[in-house]
Amino acid sequence: MAIFVDENTKVVYQGLTGSQGRFYGLRNRDYGTQVVAGTNPKKAGEEVDGIPIFASVGDAVEATGADVSCIFIPAPGVKAAVMEAAEGGVKMIVVITEGVPAQDEALFYNDLKRNFPDVQLLGPNCPGIISPGKCNIGITAGEIAMGGGPVGIVSRSGTLTYQALHELTQKGIGQTTCVGIGGDPVPGTTFIDCLERFEADPDTKAVMMIGEIGGSAEEEAADFIKSSMTKPVSAYIAGVTAPPGKKMGHAGAIVSGGKGTASAKMDALRAAGAQVGQNPTEAGELMAGIVKDLGL
Amino acid sequence: MDLYEYQGKQFFASYDIPVSPGEAVTTVDDAVAAADRIGYPVVVKAQVQVGGRGKAGGIKLADDAASCREHAQNILGMDIKGHTVEILWIELASDIAEEYYASFTLDRAAKKHLGMLSAQGGVEIEAVAETDPDAIAKIHIDPVDGLTPEACREWVLAAKLNPDVTDGAVDILLKLYRAYVEGDADLVEINPLIVKPDGAVHALDAKVTLDTNALFRHPDYEQYDATQVRDEREEAAHEKGLQYVGLDGSVGIIANGAGLAMSTVDVVSQVGGSPANFLDIGGGANADVMAGALEVINNDEKVRSIFINIFGGITRGEEVANGIVQALSRVEISSPIVIRLDGTNADEGRAILAEHASDKLLSEPTMLEAARRAVALAAEGA
Repeated sequence: MAIFVDENTKVVYQGLTGSQGRFYGLRNRDYGTQVVAGTNPKKAGEEVDGIPIFASVGDAVEATGADVSCIFIPAPGVKAAVMEAAEGGVKMIVVITEGVPAQDEALFYNDLKRNFPDVQLLGPNCPGIISPGKCNIGITAGEIAMGGGPVGIVSRSGTLTYQALHELTQKGIGQTTCVGIGGDPVPGTTFIDCLERFEADPDTKAVMMIGEIGGSAEEEAADFIKSSMTKPVSAYIAGVTAPPGKKMGHAGAIVSGGKGTASAKMDALRAAGAQVGQNPTEAGELMAGIVKDLGL
Repeated sequence: MDLYEYQGKQFFASYDIPVSPGEAVTTVDDAVAAADRIGYPVVVKAQVQVGGRGKAGGIKLADDAASCREHAQNILGMDIKGHTVEILWIELASDIAEEYYASFTLDRAAKKHLGMLSAQGGVEIEAVAETDPDAIAKIHIDPVDGLTPEACREWVLAAKLNPDVTDGAVDILLKLYRAYVEGDADLVEINPLIVKPDGAVHALDAKVTLDTNALFRHPDYEQYDATQVRDEREEAAHEKGLQYVGLDGSVGIIANGAGLAMSTVDVVSQVGGSPANFLDIGGGANADVMAGALEVINNDEKVRSIFINIFGGITRGEEVANGIVQALSRVEISSPIVIRLDGTNADEGRAILAEHASDKLLSEPTMLEAARRAVALAAEGA
């Protein structure tokens, strides 16, 4: 099994008519994802390489039965696009766009939670989600993933999501689903949301988790692992050697006042029973050991 | 983007938050001229983006032109925690009856806005939070509802301010929340929020951090961006739209994505090397961006080798490879480059790099191997 998305998932792309949306939308389709629609209010009735374009997500859902929307439009329009997707009736919204203002993120996150509590938001500023061999939504290169399980991956960093997939695939360890939750201040889907689903998924036997400095999401995940997870976890936290007080790229990646350090996060994860590597390769090696110990 | 106090006060004033009249100046003569216009007594305040100015002697009261001149002379050029004072804010002095603390920021764990209010102001709030956490009244605000006047009043009452100033505090806090949301701030903080002897509530200081992702809504924020303090390398990277953090080592690092860039810094350190910087070319970086990044790194005298670590998602391998090749034809790169390239269109990229391989342009198959190679080359070049 896979979590969130599988071979039956139908996807509508908001932004399919743009250059990025087209490149990745068609690439996702080539991977085998059911890309059933695109939206653009000015281009309704047209098509992109055979994929019909609708005026709105609501129209696309009605005509095609799409259940996931993937947003590939520039940051200023993301807030409206997310609400359009929710109102249009999809069950999951994946926002690839980076650079969305924090005030917008906080607003649509809470709006969805209140008015569309069953809609799963992933991102913004995330690489998307891939259930290898079944469905790839977003910008992950499908060829670095390997299907068949037994490991689930959840990562806060885009490029480290690929690195984690790569480490496992190179070792011949397949994945159930790999979720890139994104490094923005208000991610729609959290580590815990993914850990919960991996714990409940019979095909997932172990989980690899990639975090980074800043915030407290990894510490909260550690609490969850300790209290509620029976499956083994390997982890890596990026920014082990990051200087305090410097903002390392994302809004999120900053160590301030001795809080949010990689070492504090690693300690919390270790105390929760996770095996923690000093770099992605080591976390991959630890996972190889876990898989071997499980006799898989 | 952090604002100076004087910019924060301009920002506050645009949302009708009462601040003291004042002028920003950069010379001693201008300081005295500004004080003459404002009227004595004035406060001469160092403008640096770091806390603890008062303790460092960066805030002084002046009753007349002679003392204003003396303080301006002393404070201009002063070093406060590594920040040199280049700007002074000359402000009309205020009589203070009470000092409070107020702020709004995003509570990432709760995914809601967080307001903090305390009757203990004018001191480091972190210290209050540790020694007397009950002295800080907190309110979580759902962005959908915003801060309602009723909720704001309850919050003010919970903070146990002087009851006489409840209305004034509610008024200024509602304005501060509006500035925080409509101004797309990550943080707004007033410390101290003062009550004057006549009961008026007033922002005596201003700490504001703006969300640079929202610049498209605020073209006027360019004025703040123009005064940001950056070293030469940071400025060059900023002009090219790159995320850059200067470090002290000898291995220049270019990676795509903040996570991979941080991880590259980790790995270089772990194999015994020392990173010279952290440079993230971001998502979707094309050939021009890569060429620009190499130029920035090449101008760093400490760099002895360059490690380019790319895992393509939205960034495409052939674009990266073309960028490196273009950069090599445009600029004389002084250090050897080690590349690790995986992900989207990596095969195409590797083929392009293979055509141009030399002792200055090397490829390695994994992050660890590339890190070891780059560190070894940096040691040879040292």
